[in-house]
Amino acid sequence: MIEKVLKGKSTYWTWLAVLGTFIAIGAICYIRQYKFGLGLTGMSRDVSWGLYISQFTFLVGVAAGGLMLVLPYYVHDYKAFGRITILGEFLAISALIMCLMFIMADLGQPLRGLNVIFFATPHSMLFWDMCVLWGYLILNCLCGWVILTAERKQVHPPKWIYIFVYISIPFAVSIHTVTAMLYCGLPGRHFWLSAIIAPRFLASAFAAGPSLIVLACLVMRRFANFDAGKEAIQKLTTIIMYAAIINTFFFLLEFFVGYYSEMPGHIHSLEYLFFGLEHDGHVYNNLVPFMWTATAFSFTGLGILFYMKIAKVFDYRLVGIAAALIFFSLWADKGLGFVFGGFVPNPLNEVMEYIPTANEIGITLGIWATGFFILTLLYKIAVGVEHEIEA
Amino acid sequence: MDNTRRKFLKIAGAAALAGIGAPALVKLNSTAAFASSEPAAGHGSAAGGHGEVVAATGVRLGMVVDMRKFAETPEMLDAAIAACYKVHNIPHFPDRKNEIKWIWKAPYANVFPEQEVLHKSEMAKSKPFAVLCNHCDNPSCVKACPTKATFVQPENGIVAMDFHRCIGCRFCMAACPYGARSFNWQDPRPFITSYNPDFPTRMRGVVEKCNFCGERLALGLEPACVEACQGSGAMVFGDLNDPDSEIRKVLDKEFTIQRNPAAGTRPSVYYIV
Ligand code: SF4
Ligand code: SF4
Ligand code: SF4
Repeated sequence: MIEKVLKGKSTYWTWLAVLGTFIAIGAICYIRQYKFGLGLTGMSRDVSWGLYISQFTFLVGVAAGGLMLVLPYYVHDYKAFGRITILGEFLAISALIMCLMFIMADLGQPLRGLNVIFFATPHSMLFWDMCVLWGYLILNCLCGWVILTAERKQVHPPKWIYIFVYISIPFAVSIHTVTAMLYCGLPGRHFWLSAIIAPRFLASAFAAGPSLIVLACLVMRRFANFDAGKEAIQKLTTIIMYAAIINTFFFLLEFFVGYYSEMPGHIHSLEYLFFGLEHDGHVYNNLVPFMWTATAFSFTGLGILFYMKIAKVFDYRLVGIAAALIFFSLWADKGLGFVFGGFVPNPLNEVMEYIPTANEIGITLGIWATGFFILTLLYKIAVGVEHEIEA
Repeated sequence: MDNTRRKFLKIAGAAALAGIGAPALVKLNSTAAFASSEPAAGHGSAAGGHGEVVAATGVRLGMVVDMRKFAETPEMLDAAIAACYKVHNIPHFPDRKNEIKWIWKAPYANVFPEQEVLHKSEMAKSKPFAVLCNHCDNPSCVKACPTKATFVQPENGIVAMDFHRCIGCRFCMAACPYGARSFNWQDPRPFITSYNPDFPTRMRGVVEKCNFCGERLALGLEPACVEACQGSGAMVFGDLNDPDSEIRKVLDKEFTIQRNPAAGTRPSVYYIV
């Protein structure tokens, strides 16, 4: 099946070339960082995690979001997802590879990364996160490949693979739960110290993952002659809508807890993210535009989805716009605000803002490009197999 | 002075002989009721409630920072900080982003943000406070570390670092509720002003913090910052589990506070304000 990636139209090759350029830039930036140290990033003693860990956190969600296809299809036998379930599994693979790359990019001593295994420490949540991420990656590679191979031969997949498909369901939940536990178990960080973090992560994941799949389906419908089917897309938009509503609801609960209790620790980070935090006569607010844009996008995206449901209209362009808006808003919420906001103010009630450097952004884009490169190849294979069957 | 000397030899002995008959040198007769291991807010720990009492065994090193003394002689705090920087090869970075801090000065409002009050004493308003790692009894940094590169030394309770094992994930920095940890964002060596060959320099990409001068204790010396205070009592160091130790005498007599006790980490550094 691998050979399918070698044949494609010029749009396919152009797209890969664009991604390849970003990958090359990212690689150069990484070599610079590897030689000098993480001092080339905007991170500091006060904001000690930056873009890398925040992208990691967001992408774990994207990987877990594939569950929203696997679950209806395999557990509820929802036939309309038959053609796209594989897209969910392949999305999980590329998202997880990006996650692992972001972790490596973030380590101060990357060559010692294996110490996490040599000196395995079960009381550290990072250890468990590593276990579930690798587990989920392997499960998805296995299930995706076996099922696609069977599909190509037009036979039923072997029975044993379903065991792994079913195991992958709780695994999807666990990857994002354990990732939430990296944050919500830390005693001194009020913004993260909340039991709603894991549910909120899952809700946002179940909107972000399917949004990306919808966008991919629309792109492939236009350029790769692959039609996911109207029913499947419609169902996905319903899933996105409910997950995004639940995510918003959870976020508003955080607002209530902070602003009604008026406990300083619970307000500060929210204040910093949405209104700017005043400190020693200076207002720190570099994330405020992102957070309000995200809020506006989120409500607009939801509004479009509501409109389509209520007016019973279906339009691929509207679906695409709504999915893109919601995806961006969830990215800004979790891929920026959640991690950076948690460090403001620091435990000594001081404020230091984080501004990523160009080199750091180069690496970040390079890793995203690598993920999309892998995703493109995997989807090319999946679509190629579909076409082969149809022919 | 002679007395101080003996006291530290006692602690040092425990550090050096850990696990091989230290009790001969150190009194281990402290009871659970007096131990620092007892949770500060243990609900009914005496009545067998849900406060878990960890048996107090061995030495548990701690420190009392007497701010009254530092307020009298502010230069002493500068001397203490300078001493630590000198013996531990701590680099001086000009910018805040790269800063490495083991012990430093900060206003009361920043050191005790949870205990900030509107009308505070002149001292709390105007004097800088000493900040360092609390060598917590229940350290969240140790819990978070995926490689055990930061760990509790069982023989004396010091929260120590293994610079050669640390992978630089900075999970411990996010986990410490006191901002006590620093990361080497770049090679620190060019920024060391006076080099001490007796203590290792660090490579880039690892975390570091106050080590309670474990290396000096092993030689029978006091911590460098305590030594710089020249027996003034501004910094009192010793075994919190020994009811006869000088530090326990001070703690029995004076009212002390700790940084963010609500975090549940049970700090070993006490402040007289
Ligand atoms: S103060 Fe922070 S670094 Fe020091 S032991 Fe406690 S949690 Fe760890
Ligand atoms: S940075 Fe080093 S000491 Fe801190 S948690 Fe990671 S491995 Fe442990
Ligand atoms: S105890 Fe030692 S390491 Fe810690 S602040 Fe004092 S001199 Fe520095």
